[in-house]
Amino acid sequence: MNFLDITNETCPMTFVKVKLQLAKMEQGQDLEVILNEGEPLNNVPASCEEQGYKVLSIEEVGGGKHRIIIQK
Amino acid sequence: MTDKVEVKTDKKDLTLVCFSGDFDKVLAAFVMATGAAATNRKVTIFFTFWGLNVLKKEYGRKALGQGILAKTFNFLMGGRNKLPLSRLNFGGASPDLMTSMMKKHNVATLPELIEAAHALGVRFQACEMALHILELERDDLIEEVEDVVGVATFLNESENAHIVFV
Repeated sequence: MNFLDITNETCPMTFVKVKLQLAKMEQGQDLEVILNEGEPLNNVPASCEEQGYKVLSIEEVGGGKHRIIIQK
Repeated sequence: MTDKVEVKTDKKDLTLVCFSGDFDKVLAAFVMATGAAATNRKVTIFFTFWGLNVLKKEYGRKALGQGILAKTFNFLMGGRNKLPLSRLNFGGASPDLMTSMMKKHNVATLPELIEAAHALGVRFQACEMALHILELERDDLIEEVEDVVGVATFLNESENAHIVFV
């Protein structure tokens, strides 16, 4: 699975990296993203869904970090 | 899944007029541009006057143009590596100091943001009139510039967009 850790990124590169990674992937492929709560958690999944991608899961992994799975 | 987040599908385009060639203001323009493009908005940046410095192929100082005045201005204005901070520039040392602080805090630097903007499909337009004044040619600008346009074209294409002046 494609993987991206954006917990060390700040706005706007959090969205930018996810969007560019998804653009490189094939339809139907999954992307695992580790992100922080707050702005990234509130907006990254929503912005992916707007583009027609599916957010398959969101789970907390501790320390304020979350793992989301996005299907292109 | 994301029922707590309002999903907007009718997003307005964003057009930024980058008039300033100040490091901090250009940075703000590119943060808005990349953020907007990454969250599914169509973004255009119209560079005019001092903002054209960002688009010069020559990142440092070069006496571009024909006449002595154009050459002097272009040399003094410089390219993207010579953008001054709008305050506390300290003879040109501040942009480098600011960039090192940005790196320390994992904030994207200006070259990274410019590259990201291009990768996200942000359109770069250069102002025809300002190019004439400064005697710059299309070839003096980076390849990423999509068009050299006048104010009428820029306004027509941004008819339904938010227009932000930086």
